[in-house]
Amino acid sequence: MTKKLELPDLVQELLAAARENEQFEVCVSRSHSTTVKAYLGQVESIRSGASHAVGVRIVVDGRQGFATAGSLDPHVLKEVVDEARENLEFAEHDPHQGIAHPDGVVPPGLDLTDNSVLQLTEEKRAAVAIELEQRCLSADTRISGVRSSAWSDGWGEFALASTSGIAVHSEGGSCSVGVQPLAMESNETQIGYAGDASRRPDGLDLDRVVSEAVESATGMLGATKPLSEKVTVIFEPSVASAFLGTVAGALTGDRVIKGRSPFAERLGEQIAAPKLTLVDDPTNIESLGADNHDGEGLAARRNVIIDSGTLSQFLHNSYTGRRVGANSTGSAIRGPRSTPSVGLHALSLLPGAKSREELFRSIDNGVFIRGVNGLHSGVNPVSGDFSVGAYGQRIRNGVLGEPFREATIASTLQKMLFDVIEIGGDFEFLPNGTGMASIAIADVALSGI
Amino acid sequence: MSEKMLGPLLDRELIQDTIATALSNGGQWAEVFVEDRQSASAEYDEGRVEAMTSSRDLGAGIRVTVGEATGFAHTADLTSTGLRTAALAAAAAAHGGSQTQPIALRGDGVGQSRVAILPSTVSKAHKVELLRETDAAAREVDELITQVTVRYSEGRRRILVANSDGVFNGDDQTRTLLSVNCVASGDQGLQTGRETIGYTVGFELFDEHDIEAMARRAAARAITKLGARPAPSGQLPVVIQRGGGGVLFHEACGHGLEADLVDKGASVFRGRVGELVASPTVTLVDDGTMGVEWGTVGIDDEGCPSQRNVLIENGVLTDYMWDHMRSRSAGRDLSGNGRRQSYQHLPMVRMTNTFVMNGETDPDDIISDTETGVYVAQLGGGQVNTATGDFVFGMTEAYLIENGQITEPLRESNLIGNGPDVLQNIEVIGNDFAMGSPGTCGKDGQGVPVGDGQPTLRVAALTIGGTAS
Repeated sequence: MTKKLELPDLVQELLAAARENEQFEVCVSRSHSTTVKAYLGQVESIRSGASHAVGVRIVVDGRQGFATAGSLDPHVLKEVVDEARENLEFAEHDPHQGIAHPDGVVPPGLDLTDNSVLQLTEEKRAAVAIELEQRCLSADTRISGVRSSAWSDGWGEFALASTSGIAVHSEGGSCSVGVQPLAMESNETQIGYAGDASRRPDGLDLDRVVSEAVESATGMLGATKPLSEKVTVIFEPSVASAFLGTVAGALTGDRVIKGRSPFAERLGEQIAAPKLTLVDDPTNIESLGADNHDGEGLAARRNVIIDSGTLSQFLHNSYTGRRVGANSTGSAIRGPRSTPSVGLHALSLLPGAKSREELFRSIDNGVFIRGVNGLHSGVNPVSGDFSVGAYGQRIRNGVLGEPFREATIASTLQKMLFDVIEIGGDFEFLPNGTGMASIAIADVALSGI
Repeated sequence: MSEKMLGPLLDRELIQDTIATALSNGGQWAEVFVEDRQSASAEYDEGRVEAMTSSRDLGAGIRVTVGEATGFAHTADLTSTGLRTAALAAAAAAHGGSQTQPIALRGDGVGQSRVAILPSTVSKAHKVELLRETDAAAREVDELITQVTVRYSEGRRRILVANSDGVFNGDDQTRTLLSVNCVASGDQGLQTGRETIGYTVGFELFDEHDIEAMARRAAARAITKLGARPAPSGQLPVVIQRGGGGVLFHEACGHGLEADLVDKGASVFRGRVGELVASPTVTLVDDGTMGVEWGTVGIDDEGCPSQRNVLIENGVLTDYMWDHMRSRSAGRDLSGNGRRQSYQHLPMVRMTNTFVMNGETDPDDIISDTETGVYVAQLGGGQVNTATGDFVFGMTEAYLIENGQITEPLRESNLIGNGPDVLQNIEVIGNDFAMGSPGTCGKDGQGVPVGDGQPTLRVAALTIGGTAS
């Protein structure tokens, strides 16, 4: 039996290949995952496997080379170092290019290594996937089938070290479920979805997943195309997450330094209604995006991005920080397969006080948006133009009314931020790691008939 | 042995042993999929080469089925021990059948590269020069072009598929792509323009296409949009320029014709083969053999040679697309549509190159016959809810049509429609067929390269998701 390969040892071994003039950073990961899908009360498929990855970044004289591979075999590791070195010969000098340097910020010391997913058995995984499907089928007579009912879990380990003295290692597990029931009534079919994710199997709320999934399918039966008009919209938390994620993406350093953000010149200015405060907070263990370090090995930290409507700071990794004369905000995002970018770890919204029903009560004519689609094609984060497909329910005289579909909502990111009129008190952490609440936005163009 | 003619990725005996191990727990059918992917990319931004990246992935996925149940395990360890471990893991998940005796492997397991110049044989310096020229061409268009990003990528994917039915086929797929993104800065803010050229070819791509002209088109698109007015809100006739909107059909009906979704009742086209589902002018084809288009493959990821499949003929639904599992349970032939993102994924029914065939009308007449409407020159990505057929896609270049003339440019917005409705509402189809830009189709978290295309055509009404009343 050979000794288990320890990733912190492996990155230090690789680091020994660094030449004197090189800034050298190596990052490796190892993970395994299992997905079980159920169909018609039986296991439909079980998929499992292990993934290994390595990424080597070398910077010499402001020129960066990078190479990556999906293997930790010694001969592959050597190839990757050689390739990274060759690639940097063709990059051009950028005085700000370089790896991260320790900045003295102390990591939050979160314990994320709950190993309960490692105790799972095939029987347990299959039982949950089958249970989810069967409970959806029996929850409502209009549920005609389930397109997919799945359980997934995985365990991942990550290590990074560099010639600047950074050396970090992390590991942890997570599990998730997702189900897509089909609802049918008088020849019309609607598909729903709900899911949950947690670091621990007992952290998954199956009751809620079943009821939300069934409701999301049956609730859309009979939906029609609405009239085109300007209305107030209320985004449910998952839609708020998609919207605010797009906004916050335009507040990251790489977009700002390249002038690819409508907010690039607005630091310190009012860009949103005073009700809106947005933070990226990976130090909150409640979020699945919580972490001790960012993708360059710097300490994770709480960053206030929009403070009562004022753009308080942009997010940076070490490179974009150097470009603007600021420090990294610990916002590097990367795995071994790519160079560090700048992004969000755990975006969170400061909730308001009103319940969702109270939000509805304040609206005479509006729409409750349960889902959007076409975000990748319908939002231009450079110009700020926003136009996405939307479905949900009408709000009339303060209460929820009939469902609608095949509609779009449109405005611009810039205008929508100022048009935020309420933020709900229905705060929750979503499976994507964001902490969100319902938000109400006025004067949005609803297009239908 | 030259770089272009390599042997099988794994030898025949090792594959045979692995299939036998995979069946050892009572499996009825087993498959070994081996993949060796080498890719490289370079990004040119802010007037300099920002990063050159190389990437290598090699591994195998082993699948065992019993009835409708599938066990699958993947590994990057291609030694006999690694393959055995994965085969046993897959076997453990699909057990209890009456064990099958595998049929001896036929074929040579070798796929020949069809490209003229393997990109890996071209110097990195040459690639950098190409990026520089593209950047310069875009910037020369107008001083309002403030940002240009050029991205080059090449990928060579060698696969080997073997199964207990005796299939032992290989393929050697190379794709090369160059894209350019321009940002124009005007009084009203920023606008973007994008163009991409990509084919299932090697470095000969750059001998056959005018890259500088592509860069100028992207820049011009961003400049044009600086003066764009808000798009209308509501339903209007929509004319789609040739090659600009094949994604409409990919989303509006392509996904709904995938047999796995049909089988689970998640398609509006279930049970409708033989029915008139579209305007009689519509003939829709999915063709994985189509020249050097982006979705072209020699074999699919289940080892089936790619083929041309007519899905809708003169408006009548003729067939769905199939993979191994669905064709077996339906007792019919494969269609070459079983695809997967990588060796770590299970294959499923996927499109290749999906397109609408030519009609008879002069495209100029289609525009001049349109009193009021929207002319879409380029669509962005789209998304569909296959259960309802509702789809959206973004207009990245669009204009108003007024009195039969293309007039003012429109700001970006989404279009929304319903697949079955749109197919019935195609009023007229031009005679100017063209394929569009290379695309990546996402389904259940897996991305695969696809192509699409269509002649200029008019849909009677689509909802435009703009803000102008």
